[in-house]
Amino acid sequence: MSSTTVTPERSGFSVSEYIVCLNGIVWREALRFLHQRERFVSALVRPLVWLFIFAAGFRQVLGISIIPPYETYILYEVYIAPGLMAMIQLFNGMQSSLSMVYDREMGNMRTLLVSPLPRGYLLFCKLLAGTAVSLLQVYAFLLIAWFWDITPPTIGYLTVLPALVLSGLMLGALGMLISASIKQLENFAGVMNFVIFPMFFASSALYPLWRVQEGSPMLYYVCQCNPFTHAVELIRFALYGKMNWVSLAVVGGCTVVFMIGAILAYDPSRGLVRRGPGGGEA
Amino acid sequence: MWRRCLLTGMLVWLAATPASAFVAYVSNEKGNTVTVIDTNSWTVTKTIKVGQRPRGIEFSRDGKFVMVAVGDDDTIQVIDTKTQEIVDTLPSGPDPELFTQDAAGKTMYVANENDNTVTVIDLEKRARLGDIQVGVEPEGMTISPDGKILINTSETTNMAHFIDTTTRQIVANVLVDSRPRFAQFKRDGSELWVSSEIGGTVSIIDPVKREVTGKITFDIPGLRNEAIQPVGIGMTKDGKTAFVALGPANRVAVVDGTTHKVLKYLLVGQRVWHMDFTPDEKYLMVTNGVSNDVSVIDVASQKVIKTIQVGELPWGITIAQP
Repeated sequence: MSSTTVTPERSGFSVSEYIVCLNGIVWREALRFLHQRERFVSALVRPLVWLFIFAAGFRQVLGISIIPPYETYILYEVYIAPGLMAMIQLFNGMQSSLSMVYDREMGNMRTLLVSPLPRGYLLFCKLLAGTAVSLLQVYAFLLIAWFWDITPPTIGYLTVLPALVLSGLMLGALGMLISASIKQLENFAGVMNFVIFPMFFASSALYPLWRVQEGSPMLYYVCQCNPFTHAVELIRFALYGKMNWVSLAVVGGCTVVFMIGAILAYDPSRGLVRRGPGGGEA
Repeated sequence: MWRRCLLTGMLVWLAATPASAFVAYVSNEKGNTVTVIDTNSWTVTKTIKVGQRPRGIEFSRDGKFVMVAVGDDDTIQVIDTKTQEIVDTLPSGPDPELFTQDAAGKTMYVANENDNTVTVIDLEKRARLGDIQVGVEPEGMTISPDGKILINTSETTNMAHFIDTTTRQIVANVLVDSRPRFAQFKRDGSELWVSSEIGGTVSIIDPVKREVTGKITFDIPGLRNEAIQPVGIGMTKDGKTAFVALGPANRVAVVDGTTHKVLKYLLVGQRVWHMDFTPDEKYLMVTNGVSNDVSVIDVASQKVIKTIQVGELPWGITIAQP
């Protein structure tokens, strides 16, 4: 039966070899994360500062309104919680990519890419590993937020999981695509500022889009075109057991595009990264 | 075997079917309408055109009628709950605002805001029995669980008047904080709660001694004290939990009925005014005047679960079995 030997035999590897590879990459990322406790703490402190300080100050200023998926009036901190969850993933995606630049500079990347398994698969494993780490951070944030009276329906903690995986993959793939074009670690910090902050602020993470539209119709369209807006909305709806199909399509589509871009960019024969002096490795 | 399956299926079906299906009637002060809400689906099923400035609204004790005070028409209109149409009027004084009924549903007492009187109406004959002179701008109306004492609060006089229901005479006046809006007895008759809109407090009155024994104050971080204006009060049958609508604070305070401590504040719509429980006490519905909606509070979890758009300036609400 040809159906039993589809992908593995075509590329010459068994399923177990793929799993070993996935396991190795995810485990390495998890170990790295666990050994960097300050990274875990800082990943949590960032959204919590927004939640405890920024949201408290803006509670009265921004007013209240009912917008889907909410069915009643909500406090500002309840509104920004999904945006902060996405922010955790955005930073994590970028940080994970940052680690790839570091790996490349340190020579660890060679170990990864020297694997005979397809490069695309290796990068996908790396993405999954980064997403898994972001999930830990997001759920830790949700736990703390629960004590701050941000209590979505119980089922929401489960329904938000697929949304978090998809948005984690999209943001990780974006980070990977960016990191492919970075030659040195120092350059990456600048790109982070040019990517993370515009993406975060020009989105529905901090303000509802109807309010952005009232202030600036132009900015409203920018926010609508920002894939991070759709990641936030996908998470927001999923957290309340609902589906935002437009956001799902945008996030799913962007994930595929960024992923293909990242695979192409990391392909030495076709992409942005070239062998040669000063061009880094890989 | 098939019987067991059928029985299990029926039990599952029964469990899945919502146990409570009540109907809420909301008076819309500016819209001159009454909105009908199905508490099963939380949707508006009908809007009934009524007289001008409908405010106080209550089911008759037998559940067959809903009575609504239409202040600018100087009367109480009676809505048949089956046809959901106005079928009669009751003879109140000028500008009726809030009213209450005795336990048997035979006598109604109406606060006439512009006339400083309480009108007594025989509900069976639908006839006016007389008027009781009270303080300036009478509003809050409630009757003691034993039916012997009627309480009326007057907004400008700042008093809770104790009226003997037999003699229809005021037997005591208790001074409370500024602009008393609403009064409610505990089911066991041990306490009378009176909300003061401008004073920002709820006074706890001992009905036997007829004196204020305690006061509940409210403090919401980030809000000016002037924005906290207690109006409607809802108390569970066991008297353990009370809810107080705080007007322009856009919050409902959850209060421990025994210790009188505020437990938490629930965010609702703008200018929350009056409230009523579903008969099973699973839900509490509150009217939000300025945002033109009604918020639904899950009593057990003390969470606001839904907000439903109604007519213009919702004021009063009453809920009962359809």
